[in-house]
Amino acid sequence: MGQVAVLAAVLAGTVLAVRLLARARWTWRLPRVAILSWQALGLAIGLALIGVPLAFGLAPYGGPTASAATRLVGDLVRGDLPPAMGPVRLAAVAVGVAVAARLLWVTGASALEVVRDRRRHRDLLTLVGRRDPAVPGALVLDHPTAAAYCLPGLRPTVVVSAGALALLRRAELDAVLSHERAHAVERHDIVLLPFLALTRALPPLGWLLAASEAVELLVEMRADDRARRHHAAALAAALRRFADAPAVHAPAGALAVADRAIAARLERLCDHRPPPLVRGAATLGLCTALAAAPLALFLGG
Amino acid sequence: MAGLGELERAVMEVLWARDAPADPTDGATVREVADALADRKLAYTTVMTVLDRLAGKGMVVRHRDGRAWRYRPAAPREAYIAQLMLDALDLARPGGAPAGAGDRGAALVRFARSVSGAEAELLRRALEDQAREREG
Repeated sequence: MGQVAVLAAVLAGTVLAVRLLARARWTWRLPRVAILSWQALGLAIGLALIGVPLAFGLAPYGGPTASAATRLVGDLVRGDLPPAMGPVRLAAVAVGVAVAARLLWVTGASALEVVRDRRRHRDLLTLVGRRDPAVPGALVLDHPTAAAYCLPGLRPTVVVSAGALALLRRAELDAVLSHERAHAVERHDIVLLPFLALTRALPPLGWLLAASEAVELLVEMRADDRARRHHAAALAAALRRFADAPAVHAPAGALAVADRAIAARLERLCDHRPPPLVRGAATLGLCTALAAAPLALFLGG
Repeated sequence: MAGLGELERAVMEVLWARDAPADPTDGATVREVADALADRKLAYTTVMTVLDRLAGKGMVVRHRDGRAWRYRPAAPREAYIAQLMLDALDLARPGGAPAGAGDRGAALVRFARSVSGAEAELLRRALEDQAREREG
């Protein structure tokens, strides 16, 4: 039962770490380390969810999960199971396999869906986006609503709407374009994928949604960090303009997460405290350990 | 094949120009499109291939007219822009359900949401109506 206990502890520790990290504010000053920690936690959640039922089911064999699984398959083929492998143990193994299959399936399906959406978007963009000397290297969409975004991929494309061009001054536009290129260069779309997959594969859990939201915000902050190297003041101004852009007045209390995200990003741009390096390193180490523990138990150690 | 996308775009612009609401026509033949793009000196078969591809993607519809096919845009340019903006503003939710965190269209990464809450809902409806109207 040692392995099951360790894996259950890893699962509990991961959920706790997710809750703490989703609430943490120091991460805003160290977005890249926080993003890496989140990736490790995402992996740890998946591995622990698979590992707990699998380790419980295979406990009678002892030893690492991988070799125990090999022996179980051999016994199943021969039709000669050890008496300790009762229906409860077999059901637990089946649950572990099913969880693994579901996570892999949903991740693959989500990735495919993203690729398909992106291709459709790119096809349409080729037909109606136009080049504009005001924004070299980007495409312009003739629509009055302000929008700026990055279509990631092997040939990433930055797009701004005519509304955004009208809304932003030259320097602010440069800051926004630089922010979008940072998303493309660092492949933030891939960073977001595991959490998209986890939220789709598992029932709607509050802590998981909080995790996704936190990662989305950190990715924006990381892109802000790259943009602000050359355009610090303009970036803040651009964010303020986007926040004030609505043409129709939203009723009180209807402000969405997006507005709080802009407020958080603005607040952070004015925060000049040094990054909390020690805290960041400790968190990253802990999260990596949470992901490594199930792997080590699986392969034997 | 960056050149092919550019050709598709030029062909669509010819079709859209002929399909303007003020001057609705019954589409264009391959020959007419090729003539409109005469300055590009395209082979007739090239234009035909591009129109076939566009029909395959559902961007143009065609019907027989005697021995020739006539091609029309499946939707006006504004409808495609509206679709892209729905994606861009993360408002393209089937059934109109608000996007849950972590379930936003992961295909794009946005600078900031300039719209939110009830206003986003209004805009989404307006854009979808526009897209539907022009398509239908």
